[in-house]
Amino acid sequence: MRKFGRAIAGIYALIIYGFIFLPVIVLVLFSFQGTLFPVPPFNGPSLRWYEAALGDARLTSALVNSLMVAIVSSMVAVLLGFLAAYGFARYRLPGAAFFRGLLTAPLSVSYLIIGMGLLLVFNGMGVPKSLSAAGIGHVVINLPLCFAITYSQMGEHQVNIERAARDLGAKDWQVLTHITAPMLWPALFASFFLSMTFSWDEFVIAFLLTRFDTTLPVEIWSLLRSGLSPKTNAVGSLVFGISVIMVLVLELAVLRRRAS
Amino acid sequence: MAGGGTVRDALAARLRPWFFTGPALLWTAGFFVLPFAAMAIVSLWTLSGSGIDRSLSLANYSQFFTNRSYFQAMVNSLEVTAIVTVVSIILAYPLAWILSERVPERWQRLALILAVLPFWTSYVVRSYSWLLVLAEKGIVNNALVSLGLLSQPIQLANTRFATILGFVHFFVMLLTLTIYASLKQLPASYRRAAADLGANGLQIFIYVVLPLTLPGIVVGAFLTFVLSIGDYITPQILGGGNELLMPQLIMMQIGRRGDFPLASALSLVLMAVVTAAYLAAARWLKLERT
Repeated sequence: MRKFGRAIAGIYALIIYGFIFLPVIVLVLFSFQGTLFPVPPFNGPSLRWYEAALGDARLTSALVNSLMVAIVSSMVAVLLGFLAAYGFARYRLPGAAFFRGLLTAPLSVSYLIIGMGLLLVFNGMGVPKSLSAAGIGHVVINLPLCFAITYSQMGEHQVNIERAARDLGAKDWQVLTHITAPMLWPALFASFFLSMTFSWDEFVIAFLLTRFDTTLPVEIWSLLRSGLSPKTNAVGSLVFGISVIMVLVLELAVLRRRAS
Repeated sequence: MAGGGTVRDALAARLRPWFFTGPALLWTAGFFVLPFAAMAIVSLWTLSGSGIDRSLSLANYSQFFTNRSYFQAMVNSLEVTAIVTVVSIILAYPLAWILSERVPERWQRLALILAVLPFWTSYVVRSYSWLLVLAEKGIVNNALVSLGLLSQPIQLANTRFATILGFVHFFVMLLTLTIYASLKQLPASYRRAAADLGANGLQIFIYVVLPLTLPGIVVGAFLTFVLSIGDYITPQILGGGNELLMPQLIMMQIGRRGDFPLASALSLVLMAVVTAAYLAAARWLKLERT
């Protein structure tokens, strides 16, 4: 009976893992397709579609744009989140609970609505669509995360060290850069990479707020209009690969350290 | 002079915390609260033939309730979201349980990371991948036909089934994470105590494990609800245009017609539904805790 239960559990896990990985396997496998369509039978492996994808200037520039937007918007989100967390953790503020709630509010609103609101305001002010506009949107969605993660890691034990530094004559900004930030670096690093992955994968805000120069998910979206193609598979596999690298960096550098 | 200095020092000390929290608060006010307020106002305008009529009216909202196709989009959204939430929980719970109970401790972390790896692909890439799987000549149809289970390929893509499948795939991963976390928090002594008192495996599960992991399930279900009801990509790529969900309807107003007032009103209706769900979940969790 026990053995039977074990077998059932194993088979169930295998089926669900299969379900979870099926689309990824199909995506990556047919990115190496030698012929024109990413459907069976598989003729390969061939790298021609990776060559086609990397030789496509629109796609490579979209890839660079995506990385730029992800890096810059994440840096801004981490910086603003860190400063705010420091302010709320170290000072008594009137209405602190309300303001903390305000900072995390965007978490419960869908990206579509955030993007549309920004589009309305930018339209109204005559700000043209651009990568910077999308970057502003990405800061809005990532700032709550960066703030919440950093704030949760700001404990009492750091207060004494900060006070000691201040007694020794350090100015506020010196305390922040030499004491607080280094002590919090796992939290800062985690928020940065989490923001990077979210920005890198985000579609609808970038779709609404950019026009000619756009990010990779939006460019892939326009590739879809021409139907299934191994070239799209190749780009999709690259996007997936980069996301996985970001997650692995996060896992290895931050979470593992905390566990030990 | 000295007196002026202390006043200025006192003021500086008062303002200092705002120097740290100010930038983030201003960013949120300018790029989140303000757009939101703008949306609320624009939703009261109307698009007429000659342009935008800025007199305030509830026309867009009444249109939502009277125009059958708009209301139907909300019904579709709620149906799809409900099915997705239930199916995802039913599929994810056993997996989370196997991961926390059957997999050796040292492999659990790796197994969990693997189980949620595709979670990190963008909606666009993930939906496209399912399109490949479900295509007329795709791998599923291909397998079913060559096994002789089907005489000819059936339409799987561009259906509600495809939308639900795409969503379930994503949320099984998310829910496995949240349910695993709540199973891990459950002390083993509870189960031992129940067993000592004569409960069998099924009874332990129904009377001890399930009730104590229910808050974790509710949190996961709420996340599933919020993230799926607001998603545009999955229904657009996998569901096609056969039936519209709310986000598709909203995007259509912006894209094809430039009708921002109606799009704003529809967005706010959608947000009201999400907020209601949030309040229900929060209220339930609070009741559960007391």
